[in-house]
Amino acid sequence: MRLSDAEQAMLDGQEGQAKARAMDLLLRYGEALGAERMVEVAHVAGTWSATTPFVQAGLKRPDDFDSIFSRFNLDSDAVVEVPRAVVPTCQLIHGIDTRNYAAQGFSDDQADLQRASERFFGSRGVQWNSTCTPYQVGQTPLRGDHLAWMESSAVVYANAVLGARTNVEGRESTGAASITGRIPYFGLHIPANRFATHLVRVEVPVESMMDWGLLGYALGEMVAEDIPVLEGITCKPEPEWLKHFGAAAASSGGVEMYHIPGLTPEADSVEEALGGQAPRVVHRYGAAERRRAWEALNGANTRDDVNFVMLGCPHNSAKQMWRIAELLEGKRLHDGVALWVHTPRQIRHLCDESGITEIIEAAGALVMSDSCPAINRMLPEGTEVIATDSCKQAHYLPAISGKPTWFGGLEHCIEAALTGRFRGRPE
Amino acid sequence: MSAPDKTDQTDMTDQTDMAGETLVIQGRGVVGGVAEGEAFVTRETVSGWGGIDARSGTITEQRHEKRGESFAGKVLVFPGAKGSSGWSHYFHATRRLGTAPKAMLFTVMTTKVALGAVVTRVPAVTEFDRDPFEVIEDGDWVRVDGDKGRVEVVKRPPRR
Repeated sequence: MRLSDAEQAMLDGQEGQAKARAMDLLLRYGEALGAERMVEVAHVAGTWSATTPFVQAGLKRPDDFDSIFSRFNLDSDAVVEVPRAVVPTCQLIHGIDTRNYAAQGFSDDQADLQRASERFFGSRGVQWNSTCTPYQVGQTPLRGDHLAWMESSAVVYANAVLGARTNVEGRESTGAASITGRIPYFGLHIPANRFATHLVRVEVPVESMMDWGLLGYALGEMVAEDIPVLEGITCKPEPEWLKHFGAAAASSGGVEMYHIPGLTPEADSVEEALGGQAPRVVHRYGAAERRRAWEALNGANTRDDVNFVMLGCPHNSAKQMWRIAELLEGKRLHDGVALWVHTPRQIRHLCDESGITEIIEAAGALVMSDSCPAINRMLPEGTEVIATDSCKQAHYLPAISGKPTWFGGLEHCIEAALTGRFRGRPE
Repeated sequence: MSAPDKTDQTDMTDQTDMAGETLVIQGRGVVGGVAEGEAFVTRETVSGWGGIDARSGTITEQRHEKRGESFAGKVLVFPGAKGSSGWSHYFHATRRLGTAPKAMLFTVMTTKVALGAVVTRVPAVTEFDRDPFEVIEDGDWVRVDGDKGRVEVVKRPPRR
């Protein structure tokens, strides 16, 4: 791999041990990829989470954040002091909600450690947005920006919807990128790799968040990690639908980039999206394919007596929070049912200040931030059967928790929370 | 990379007659080092976060053909990574918990699988001169040289 003088100097230790370890990791990683060089990044989104048993294992002091950073953010056996980030850097979703940690099953000590880690890494330039959707709370790159982002649902949104350029990075590579400003120039950083190779003909209307979730879930199964262009989308989606769509496609497959001509920024036509080439594969998405996606998510479920409803994966926007408040206003959850509504902490603050949290919580629900059940594996006590409006959550929760999980529209899920029965249907 | 050693290659037309024979596949080394072990072969991509239990090295993804089986101490032969960006962190976890695969052979390069292999620190090879899924089956003994990109496969005796 060819390094610039500045990169070589970092590798040689001229800017300290931490950057030397970071460049060593980026070099090993870049050579594994077969990359020829590094690229400068405009923004980093990763994780500095320091409270899980796994990162805490073997530490003499739980607040030994230098050791945690060295091991898990740089893959370094030598312990180095954490330097300041050199590019704007934010924390993605993590395990502990610093307000509602008790409901999640965490202790006061664990919440205190979480807060201490936020102060420690915060003072080194990590902004604790604490959400899987940094683009909803001001961490919004421009078209053409090179990024080093984790979180598959955020990566596909950044590439496809915003036109920024990032691969799906990991904890170690984003840690190294934050203090060097570099990432291997590979994959979606390279313009020639951003064209579609699959054409998907959409033959049924896709007009709601549930529709877009099912389309995304089917799409991931069709194209795996390849890039599709979608033809036949007649309805202009809301940003939240695209957020769900990308998250679903990145769960059932590895979709990191897609084109919808006339909507997404990098192609105005199918031909342009394909880079002038013929599609390698043509798929159709009709009623049968939509039904199959529903069955893949729900087909194994037998019990409909839901007692936990999870909303907000990826984290809800302010608009979604208001919609949930409207549906819950003046009502009470069914006895024995828990409803957790997830949104970034900045949006929760907005909901607190504008009375939305109060409406939602008056119904017996909880407004959660910073985390989600799939990330921290914490469910309300006694959870037996789950319902969620997220394909991503419905994809992962059965594997993580062993509990049957229904996917449905928002209204299906709210109805389940109010009645204790899931009555969602694909139509 | 050195050229494949043709003298070691065997006609693949009838795998059942090849028990005990050594076959060689040449690829590009991704992570250096040498390791050997029993093959754990899946033609399905693997999710890291949410798809494996790092404490036991077991595949947990619903509907995965290898659900409930562990790759710990085996040579993981798979197309590559899918799903969440927690992939590298969870394979990193398998190294620290002693449940990592002995080596990784994969066919589709992505940032997830590359970073995962790097931080798992086990020999890894990709870009093969022949399809490893046509050559390697569960239970074969596989020796991986990540420095040379060379993979030696000793076929297991056929099951009767």
